[in-house]
Amino acid sequence: MGNKQTIFTDEQLDAYQDCTFFTRKEILRLHGRYHELAPHLVPMDYTNEPDVTIPLALIVSMPELNENPFRNRIVESFSEDGAGNLSFNDFVDMFSVLSETAPRELKAIYAFKIYDFNVDNFLCKEDLEKTLNKLTREELSPEEVTLVCEKAIEEADLDGDSKLSFADFENMITRAPDFLSTFHIRI
Amino acid sequence: MAYSVDFNLRPIMELELESLRGDDTAQDSMKGTGLESGSRETLEMEVLTTEGRDRLASQMSDVRERADERSEESIQTNLLVRKRWSTTTLRVLSSMPSRSIGQQSRLEIISQCNIRSTQLRRYHRQTQDVSLSSRPSIRGYGIEADSEDVCEEETKRQELVNNLQSLSAGDRVRLLRATPLSLAEKTKLRKLVFSDKVGQSLLSSQVPCCSLLKRALCHIWFGCLFILSSLQLWQVALKRLGGRFGTGVLSYFLFIRTLLLFNVFLFLINGLFLVLPQAIYPPLHTPSSHRVTGLELFTGTGYLSNSLMFYGYYTNSTINTSCRPDEATAGTGCGTTSDPHMMAYNIPLAYCFTIGITFFITGIVLVYSMSKSFGRSFRVFKSQGNMAIKVFCSWDFKVSKKMSVRMQSENITTQLKELLSEVKGGEEEKGRLSGMAVHLLAWSISLGSTFFCALGIHCFAKYMHLRRLEDAEGEVSVLHEARLLALPGVVSCGNLLLPGLFNLVSWMENFNSPIVRLYVSIFRNLLLKVSILGVLCYHWLGKIAAEPEQHGLQCWESFVGQELYRFLLVDFIFTALYTVFGEFIWKRFSQGVLRRRRKPVFDIARNVLELIYGQTLTWLGLLFTPLLPAVQILKLLLLFHMKKSSLLVNCQASRKPWRASQMSTLFISLLCFPSFLGAIVSVTYTILTIKPSSGCGPFRNLPFMFHSGKQWAQELKSTNHKLAWLNWVHHCLVENPLFLFLLAGVFLMVIYIHTQVLDGQRKTISLLQKQIENEGKDKKFLITSLQAIHEKRQYPLSPSSRPQGSELWRKWSLKGECTYFSLKNTGPLWPKSTNWITGLSLRISALT
Repeated sequence: MGNKQTIFTDEQLDAYQDCTFFTRKEILRLHGRYHELAPHLVPMDYTNEPDVTIPLALIVSMPELNENPFRNRIVESFSEDGAGNLSFNDFVDMFSVLSETAPRELKAIYAFKIYDFNVDNFLCKEDLEKTLNKLTREELSPEEVTLVCEKAIEEADLDGDSKLSFADFENMITRAPDFLSTFHIRI
Repeated sequence: MAYSVDFNLRPIMELELESLRGDDTAQDSMKGTGLESGSRETLEMEVLTTEGRDRLASQMSDVRERADERSEESIQTNLLVRKRWSTTTLRVLSSMPSRSIGQQSRLEIISQCNIRSTQLRRYHRQTQDVSLSSRPSIRGYGIEADSEDVCEEETKRQELVNNLQSLSAGDRVRLLRATPLSLAEKTKLRKLVFSDKVGQSLLSSQVPCCSLLKRALCHIWFGCLFILSSLQLWQVALKRLGGRFGTGVLSYFLFIRTLLLFNVFLFLINGLFLVLPQAIYPPLHTPSSHRVTGLELFTGTGYLSNSLMFYGYYTNSTINTSCRPDEATAGTGCGTTSDPHMMAYNIPLAYCFTIGITFFITGIVLVYSMSKSFGRSFRVFKSQGNMAIKVFCSWDFKVSKKMSVRMQSENITTQLKELLSEVKGGEEEKGRLSGMAVHLLAWSISLGSTFFCALGIHCFAKYMHLRRLEDAEGEVSVLHEARLLALPGVVSCGNLLLPGLFNLVSWMENFNSPIVRLYVSIFRNLLLKVSILGVLCYHWLGKIAAEPEQHGLQCWESFVGQELYRFLLVDFIFTALYTVFGEFIWKRFSQGVLRRRRKPVFDIARNVLELIYGQTLTWLGLLFTPLLPAVQILKLLLLFHMKKSSLLVNCQASRKPWRASQMSTLFISLLCFPSFLGAIVSVTYTILTIKPSSGCGPFRNLPFMFHSGKQWAQELKSTNHKLAWLNWVHHCLVENPLFLFLLAGVFLMVIYIHTQVLDGQRKTISLLQKQIENEGKDKKFLITSLQAIHEKRQYPLSPSSRPQGSELWRKWSLKGECTYFSLKNTGPLWPKSTNWITGLSLRISALT
C-alpha cells in the first residue's frame, strides 16, 4: 500500500479521469474499496489490466448498497455479463453514473435499466409491481399494488401500449426535479 | 421548421438546420408545437388520413360496418396488440423511437454519439464563423444483419473518432463521459481519439483552473446547504412524524413551525425597538404593594399589570441619551431642552410605528408565502403522472442507514396510499338524495350550536363584568382574581366541546372522500372560532373601550391586554388537558376497558384551527400586550413537544389517509384571511377611532393613538429644520389616503397579473398534453394503416416488385433514423414525434 502510484499507470489514470466523473484520487480510493471487498481476488497492481470480477453478493455487502432495496438490480445493470459480476471497470462505471456530476440523460438510461427487472427494455406491469414491493417493503395490499401500477402506467404512457418505453420514462423524469439529487450514491 | 414535405430530398440540409443549437433550437421546437408548422403538417396528415382511411375501409369493411368512431379506435388498438406482424411492420415498429432507445445496442449508441459530436462541432464552427461546407456526411443505419453489424460498427466508430478528434478537448471529454457505454469501450474510444497525444490527460492539460475552482465552490456550497438544512428546526422529529403519519399530520407540525417563526419575528422587533428602550429607561412608578400569590401568572394582574408586559407601563416620554432616566419620566421636557441635533427616542412614536411595521411586514410575508404555496399546490395538482413519479423518482439512493431506509419506505407507502385514496375518492359517486336530509340536519345542528355558543359567551361576559364591578368595590381577594379566569375558561370549554359535537355530526353524515370531510370540518370549526372572537372583540372594543369609566377601569388597554393574555394561557391549558385526557386516558380506557385495538386518530382540522385561534389572539393583543409573542413562543414550543409525544404514544395514522399537498396552502390562507385580516382590522379600528385612556400608557392625553405621529411631525418641523422633510413625508404617506390606495392598487394588480400568467401556463400545458395524446393516436393509426397497406401489397401484387419496395424501404428507414437522432437532443418530445410521424407518413406514401 506504500507506493500508490504502482496501482495504475499514469496513462490508465488519465483514461479513467477522461471517461468517468472521478478524479485520480477518487479512482485510487475506489480501487481501495474494490480491493477491500475481496482482498484475495483483487490484485493491488492493475497496470496490466487483470481480468478480475467480484460476484454480486460481495458488492451488495458494501454499506452504500447494503440497505438499498434495488441493490441487486443496480449491480446487475452495470455488470458486463448481466449476472452481477463486476469488474473494476464496471465498478467505477457504476459509481460514476451514480455520482453527483453525471448528467440527467445518463442517469435516466441507467435508472431505466435498474427498474427493468425482466430486461425486456420496457417497464411493464410486472416490473412496476416488483419496484413497488421493494419500495414499500410489501406493505401495500395486492389490490393497492395493482391500482398503483395501472395508474402509474396510465399516467406516464404516452403512446398507449400500456407499458413504459424509455421515451415515456425519460419524459416522466424531466418532470421530477429531484431525480438528479436522489439518484445519487455518495462513495 | 425544416421537417416538412421536402424532407426526403434533403435530409442533410435538415440535419444541418436541426443542429443549429442554441437560440434557434428553442425557437424551432416552439414553432413545431405551434400553429405555423403545425398547420402544414396537419394538412399533410389530413390528406394521408383520408387516404389511409379509404384503404382501410376497403379492406376491413366487414369490421367497419358496425364500428363507430370510438370502437374504431379500440379496433385499432386491438390490431396493434395482435401477434402476426408482417416483417415490414415489425421493422417499423422496431425502429420507432420509443422502442429503439430502450434497447440501445453499442452500435446505436455510437452513431447517436456521432451525431451529437457533429452537432457540437458544427456549433463551434459556426461560432467561429467558418464555412459549413467541409462537414462530413452522416449516414444513418438500418436494421441490418448481424454480420453487417460488425463492419458497420467499425466504420461508425471510425467516424465517431474522427468527429471527436475535431472537437475541442473539453467537449470531447464531456461527450465521452456522458456516453452510456461501458468503461472498457470508452477507454478504447479514448485511445483512438487521443492517439495523437498519448499519455496526456485532457483534463490535466486543458481544463482551466477556474472550472476546478467552480467545482470546489460547488462542493462548499452544497456542504453549507446541508448544514443549513440540518439546522432547520426539528428536522429529525418532522421527518419521523412525516414517515409515520403522512403529510397531513406533518403539515400541522410544519404549521406550528411557521407560526413560531412569525412570533419570533414579532418578538424580536417589539423587543428591540419598544421593550428594550423602555426597560433601559424605566418610568418612576410608585412601588405597588401587591401580594405575590402566584395566581398573577395566570391572570396577568397584580405586579404583572405594572410591568413591561402591558400597555399601561409604557410612558409618553422621549428618551434622550443625554437625559438621566429620572428626568425622562418627567414627560416631554427632556426632549425639548436637550441638544436639538441629537435624535431623541420618542416612546409613543416607537410604539405606534413598531406595531404598524410588524403588522405590515407580517402581512407581506403572509401574502407572499400564500402565493408561493398556491403556486406549489397548483403545480402539484396539475402535474399528471404524480403516481409514476412517486414510484420511480421518490427513492433516495443516498440513504444507507437502516432506520432511515425503513422510514423512507414507510413515508413512500403512506404517500402512495394518500394518492390512491384520492384516486378512489374521485371515482366514487357523490351525493344521494337520502343523504341530503342528513346534511341539512348536520348543518343546522352545527350552525345552531355555534350561534348559541356565541350568545352564551356574550351574556356571560356581561354578567362577569357586573360581578367584577361589585368586586371592585370591596377588597381584592384571591377569589376575585380567580373569577377573572372564568370567562376564558368558558370560552375554551366551548372551543373544546363544540368541535367534538361537529365531529359527531360529520360521523353521522358519512362523507365519502376524506378531503370533503376535512373541508367541512374546517369550515364549521372556523365559523365557531370567528363568531367567538367576533363577540369578544365587540365586548372589548365596543363596550369596554368605549366607556371605560362605567366599567371602573383606569386603563382599559391594560385590561384588554390582560384578558387576551388570560385567554391565551387558558387555551393552552385546555389543549394540554385535552391531550392528556382526550388522547392518553382515552386510549388507555378504550384499550383496557373496551378492549378495542384502535387508537384515537389525530384530528388535523381541529388542531390547526386551535393554532390559528391562538395566533389571532396574539395579533389582537400585540397592541395592548407587546410581549404577548413571547408567551405565544413558549406556548408553541411546549405544544410541539407535547403533541409530538402524544402522537407517537397515543395515536395511530389515520385509517383513511389523504393527500395533503394543498393542506399547507389552506392553512396559510386561513391564517391570512379571517385571522390576520380580522386582527388588523380591529387594531386599526382601535388606533384610529378609540380614545386611549388618559391615565396610563404612551398615548395618554391624546385624542387618538395615531395623533402621536402627527404631533411628532409638527414638533420636528418647529425644532429641527433639517428634518422638516420628514414632516412632509409623514403628511404625504401616512395621512394621505391616496398613497394607501395607490399601494393597494399596485398590490392587486400584481396579484392579478400573477394569476393571469398562471392561467396561461395552465392552458398551454393542457394544450401540449392534448397534442402529445394526439401524436400517440396518429402513431397507432399510421402503424395500422402501414400494416394494412403491406398486407394489400403482399397478396394482390406480383412478387417481382417486392425487392424494389424493400430497397426503397431501406432508404426511408435510413433517413428517418438520421432525423430522429439529430432531433433527439434538441428538446422536448413533441417535435420529435411529430417529425417522426411525418417521416412515417412519407414512407407510407412512398410505398403506395
